Amino acid sequence: KMASLDRVKVLVLGDSGVGKSSLVHLLCQNQVLGNPSWTVGCSVDVRVHDYKEGTPEEKTYYIELWDVGGSVGSASSVKSTRAVFYNSVNGIILVHDLTNKKSSQNLYRWSLEALNRDLVPTGVLVTNGDYDREQFADNQIPLLVIGTKLDQIHETKRHEVLTRTAFLAEDFNAEEINLDCTNPRYLAAGSSNAVKLSRFFDKVIEKRYFLREGNQIPGFPDRKRFGGGTLKSLHY
Amino acid sequence: MSFLIDSSIMITSQILFFGFGWLFFMRQLFKDYEVRQYVVQVIFSVTFAFSCTMFELIIFEILKVLNSSSRYFHWKMNLCVILLILVFMVPFYIGYFIVSNIRLLHKQRLLFSCLLWLTFMYFFWKLGDPFPILSPKHGILSIEQLISRVGVIGVTLMALLSGFGAVNCPYTYMSYFLRNVTDADILALERRLLQTMDMIISKKKRMAMTRRTMFQKGEVHNKPSGFWGMIKSVTTSAPGSENLTLIQQEVDALEELSRQLFLETADLYATKVQGKETKERIEYSKTFKGKYFNFLGYFFSIYCVWKIFMATINIVFDRVGKTDPVTRGIEITVNYLGIQFDVKFWSQHISFILVGIIIVTSIRGLLITLTKGMYFVSSVLLIRMSMPLEYRTIITEVLGELQFNFYHRWFDVIFLVSALSSILFLYLAHKQAPEKHMAP
Repeated sequence: KMASLDRVKVLVLGDSGVGKSSLVHLLCQNQVLGNPSWTVGCSVDVRVHDYKEGTPEEKTYYIELWDVGGSVGSASSVKSTRAVFYNSVNGIILVHDLTNKKSSQNLYRWSLEALNRDLVPTGVLVTNGDYDREQFADNQIPLLVIGTKLDQIHETKRHEVLTRTAFLAEDFNAEEINLDCTNPRYLAAGSSNAVKLSRFFDKVIEKRYFLREGNQIPGFPDRKRFGGGTLKSLHY
Repeated sequence: MSFLIDSSIMITSQILFFGFGWLFFMRQLFKDYEVRQYVVQVIFSVTFAFSCTMFELIIFEILKVLNSSSRYFHWKMNLCVILLILVFMVPFYIGYFIVSNIRLLHKQRLLFSCLLWLTFMYFFWKLGDPFPILSPKHGILSIEQLISRVGVIGVTLMALLSGFGAVNCPYTYMSYFLRNVTDADILALERRLLQTMDMIISKKKRMAMTRRTMFQKGEVHNKPSGFWGMIKSVTTSAPGSENLTLIQQEVDALEELSRQLFLETADLYATKVQGKETKERIEYSKTFKGKYFNFLGYFFSIYCVWKIFMATINIVFDRVGKTDPVTRGIEITVNYLGIQFDVKFWSQHISFILVGIIIVTSIRGLLITLTKGMYFVSSVLLIRMSMPLEYRTIITEVLGELQFNFYHRWFDVIFLVSALSSILFLYLAHKQAPEKHMAP
């Protein structure tokens, strides 16, 4: 009876050591991960989510969180193997380490790797200056940017770091959450982070099940834009 | 006066090496990661700089550049600094970083890293006992003592790595030629991988749903923490959580399987890419440049096999290597061809260059580890073998009466052991792989 719930697939991408496994564990089991270790290949976990919680249309879904391990500089053989996990993705969570600038920059490469699954992984480097905003504006897959290890940022540096991440999230046309994966209070029920998370998952489910045109295969984005995407991309 | 000039030359070159090491560290080794501990970078660059200077001094010795006495002075100074870093600073910092990572000991990390360092020194010293390197003439803290110990460790490491490399190089060369990976193979493996992931997901769904119903019913499922928690959970476990642990075990097994499949798929992809590259390489080899690189590849593989063979012979016939294969080979060829050729002169220089090339190419791999310093010191010891008699004087003078013959024997033994174990390991690994492919 329960296994017949509908499902959506969300990728969790980011550099090694940023805390993806801890994050996924926190999201799915509401507990802090006691013994983090290197992820080889892909590890999956499932979160039970109430779509449109509190309204008459409330419905429960399974959200599969696919935590793909590795680094952007991997050999092409590893990248080809990873590509098998990027099939029919409904949402992407991009994770970066707030204390490590490189991990934030690498998010551009991560997202391109997942979205351009059909192209040969050439490892083309896309930096802040050159990347194609159009690509992310056209993208139909909802993105969420999560920054980890917030507790290790000193009070005085916090403002500077948060400004930087705000720009990052804007580039991806996405919401952002900054937290510490070893402290569940950041995602406590009712907090603004929990609300953003809920909204993100709702958006993913919506695009998958309720909007016909939103059913996209990555790599072939629809030319028409709708939803919340248009205004932000006109910023430049 | 000349001493000042020489010193300034040495110091400039040292600064250059330091800068090079720094850049290399930032650009190559840590391209994708951000290093926040500048201490590591500084130590790395300093060690690199002094190691290169030592190498430079050897070259100066041969070419007879600079004043003899100033060379001697710099040589001694360099050696002191490197040993200082190697035996005192690097182990201390390694211990410090290890201790900082363990949460429990965080508060007293300085104390614990000192303890760790003292343990290291104890074992380091004990290392000297079984080996015939203690000469009664010299005192306890002399340079010879330290070098001999560092030398043993370094030679062991080098032999281990060369042994593995000597086996791995021809093996990979052959396997990419012989194994023919088709797209169908890869697709089949990928399908199995995705099926395994689906199985994991369905089990995790059951677990998530069970947890949710338990939570809603008010039985909060707490992970047993600590020793007493575990005892409690054994006696008073709710039926829901029992189910969970059972499913968790199944999930663990499946996750292990998925990891294996992932690694196998990556391996197949790598072989496929190499296969394509080999086809391209066959086209490329028709050109002159291609033939040249192809020849180098063959030469290196054959040289590796020859080294293994020589090591065996040295041990079996209890011989200490006096001349290396290159000299021997050239001697034989020249005698056969009957050419008037000053073999000794050229062979010395050629073998010296060859040893240098091998060391430099192996450096690329080893620069990633912090034991680089030990590697360099032991390289010096081993270079000595390839160098003509006249040049050995200065090194002997500085390094004292170390038992060089011992090192060669030790190197051969470790090299052989490492090569044989690598062969065994690769054979076992290769046997496992095809069996997995056959299973439906």
